Amino acid sequence: MSEKDFKTDALKRVEQELKKCVKCGACRAHCPAFAAFGKEPAVARGKVALCQHLLKGDIELDDATYAAMSKCLLCGSCVEKCPNDVPTDEIVMVAREALARQRGLTTFHAAVGRVIRNRSLMKFGAAAARVLGPLFFRKVPETSGLRLRFPLPFVGGKRHIPPLAKTPFLERHPEVIPGEPGKPRIVFFVGCMTNFCYPQVGEATLALFRHLGCTVIIPKNQQCCGLPGMSGGDLETVRGLAEKNLAELERYEADYIMTACATCGGALHKFYPNLVGKRHPDLAARLQAIAAKTVDAAQLLQKLGLNPEETGAGGDVRITYHDPCHLRTRSITRQPRELLAGTPGVELTEMEGADRCCGLGGTFNVYHYDTSMQINAAKSDAIIRTGATAVVTGCPGCMMQLSDGLKQRGSAVKVVHTVEVLARKLRR
Amino acid sequence: MLEQRILAELKNIVGSDNVATDRQDLICYGYDATQMEFLPDAVVHPGSADEVARVLKLSNREKFPVFPRGAGSGFTGGALPKGGGIVLVVTRLNRILRIDTENLVAEVEPGVVTEQFQIAVEKLGLFYPPDPASLKFSTLGGNVAENAGGPRCVKYGVTRDFVMGLEVVLPTGETIRTGGETYKGVVGYDLTRLLCGSEGTLGVITKIIFKLLPLPEAKKTMLTVFDSIDGAAKAVSTIIGGKIIPTTLEFMDYATLQCVEKRFNLGIPASGRAVLLIEVDGDRDLIEKQADRIQELIAPLGLVECKVAKDAAESEALWKVRRLVSPSLRDVNPDKFNEDIVVPRSKVPDVIRVIEKIQQKYDIPIVNFGHAGDGNIHVNVMIDKSVPGQEEKAHEAIAEVFQAALDLNGTMSGEHGVGLAKQPYIHLELKPEQVAAMQAIKKALDPNNILNPGKMFPLG
Repeated sequence: MSEKDFKTDALKRVEQELKKCVKCGACRAHCPAFAAFGKEPAVARGKVALCQHLLKGDIELDDATYAAMSKCLLCGSCVEKCPNDVPTDEIVMVAREALARQRGLTTFHAAVGRVIRNRSLMKFGAAAARVLGPLFFRKVPETSGLRLRFPLPFVGGKRHIPPLAKTPFLERHPEVIPGEPGKPRIVFFVGCMTNFCYPQVGEATLALFRHLGCTVIIPKNQQCCGLPGMSGGDLETVRGLAEKNLAELERYEADYIMTACATCGGALHKFYPNLVGKRHPDLAARLQAIAAKTVDAAQLLQKLGLNPEETGAGGDVRITYHDPCHLRTRSITRQPRELLAGTPGVELTEMEGADRCCGLGGTFNVYHYDTSMQINAAKSDAIIRTGATAVVTGCPGCMMQLSDGLKQRGSAVKVVHTVEVLARKLRR
Repeated sequence: MLEQRILAELKNIVGSDNVATDRQDLICYGYDATQMEFLPDAVVHPGSADEVARVLKLSNREKFPVFPRGAGSGFTGGALPKGGGIVLVVTRLNRILRIDTENLVAEVEPGVVTEQFQIAVEKLGLFYPPDPASLKFSTLGGNVAENAGGPRCVKYGVTRDFVMGLEVVLPTGETIRTGGETYKGVVGYDLTRLLCGSEGTLGVITKIIFKLLPLPEAKKTMLTVFDSIDGAAKAVSTIIGGKIIPTTLEFMDYATLQCVEKRFNLGIPASGRAVLLIEVDGDRDLIEKQADRIQELIAPLGLVECKVAKDAAESEALWKVRRLVSPSLRDVNPDKFNEDIVVPRSKVPDVIRVIEKIQQKYDIPIVNFGHAGDGNIHVNVMIDKSVPGQEEKAHEAIAEVFQAALDLNGTMSGEHGVGLAKQPYIHLELKPEQVAAMQAIKKALDPNNILNPGKMFPLG
């Protein structure tokens, strides 16, 4: 296929969306990447303009286009605030797909694709540890043979990474944990970060839904949601994963598909139907059905009437809450706060800019680590200024980024997931 | 195209990271909110007033045009590099230099975002009222260059009323200061007021001294629905005639209400034909009295509903109606021409009636809303550019709208300026002698026609 075909083939699909942008500039107020880079190619309307010109054929999928498209965290802040509902996050993913097809996936994203494809979460642990090493598992020493085998120059030696769990969450529990009759049946979509890095988040989630008498189903063959692939434009891998997850999630008659990871929730709820469903009409209805059932853990806990006085405990003098982008853009901001505020011993203090991105942005932080941490710096400062002893959030991705930023500042503020606070009494 | 040696000199002045010539960069600095596009030859991001001056000296020596730019959120193409040259982006000059709480003045660089400045002064109990709709992303330099307005102007005045002094690099590269930081000052011509609203044609602003006010203690918001446009318009003059100047008197006509209702279903009564969003600010007891008095005054004018916000959250909910107007308009037609005529406030119903006739004549939807308190109406001519002939019809309709405003002793533009978009119409408002006087000033300050050439007046 010629280069022109890659451009038009991918971008034609968002042609109507591109037309909606009137270049008003509202995105300049909300884009964290623009705030850090300070120049128009980094902001949403700039990227939209570039895609319009790609479609017209007067610029190419070259280094400058690549550089502009790489400067997006896919946080959705611009989409949320856009007066004309321009879905720039989807547009950027489509542009990245065109770039990936034209130029080939980067070494790193090809590696990401190999890991997240064709393996169930249960099995890919070892491979992930090797290939994603520098991203997730910085504890592997610089001199380790693993590093030599997979030399990945993208990440500097600074990042603090949570240790890999000895036993991943998915290996710890049976597939079906029966609850009380008449209570909801919930499929738990666990996600890679919870499975490998933060199994305690999975445990707390499970404990809370069992406390409510729900039947919890943890499908053994669930896959990565694919967002790391989407982030790099590897939409073929994402489609494959979406299909496999679809089959797995449809296997059980469930009332809800629940996730405690904002990013996985965003994939299931929004990106699957919009990016995969629109190009594969045969999957669209099924993806829509899954999306309609997808809920965030805190959202569902509140809906099912969890009383945090029975299950939770503060344990910290004061906490503050960070809004993950992929919860905020789904309007899930009130529920976690209300549950936390109702937890004994919790004093919830709002930080300045709780709704601002932490700077992780899928694989953005791999290519723009320093900028990612520059974006994170404002977040760390805001957290520290509250005087809180812990920052609570609803996304394991944010947890990693927040920990990294705070540790680099020598701060002792702990990073915990909402469900960990809510389940503290149950887990003692 | 700029010669390599000139690019090398530009890089020498601002640093090579701050000169961009990739086509992608040119595209990203070739647009603004008018949806017009002109690509520059290079994009230059100076980091200091001195660098701005050196770039302008170079441009005079080498005779290439310079187009100053802030956020690029203007509605008339004021920052667009038509004809080529360099775009001079001043957003790196983004420091608030001082906020003087004793003299109630502040000094800022032009790239500071309007809302960031407001937040900073409000933390100190001070107030910078001008509030263009773009305040979350527009820059103060752009606000001064375009003399931006906003809803609060009915009580507080426009940007120009808060500018006490400027530091400006003249088109020929000399740096001057105008005005100062005293409230009084009559030595020499008032260049400060001349530069406010000069659309970047007479100088590049590098520092601004603003006047500040004490932050009002509280505000009170009311959403009032009327059964006729005349009722709403009468309400405006009755309130002001009743010796109350509200902070805000925002108006929405029936077409606007239908758009918002259809999309967002906010529960505005079906018999409503016009809405006024009224806000008063000041001491807490005073605004309570004012709010009561306003309700008494407007009750006999066909008032269908009056909602008074009890707290900040309710106030925000009422403002939502106004904020949702822009996103709703797209449902009418995909493309809009957003004009901003002004008439004496008592003439608002007259001009709306004429616009109604223009709408029927050309058979294209025109949606009107805006700042009724100062007679500034946003006239949105909604078309579909893909339908042949519609754009031409829109231009004819706009010319008639402008003429209607002028016939009622108004003006074509209260906030957006001339730039490129309104140039074809300025002869409707300005006599040849007026244009000649203005062009004489331009020529005296910019003999080589270097700075933002072709804006306001056609390229001579």
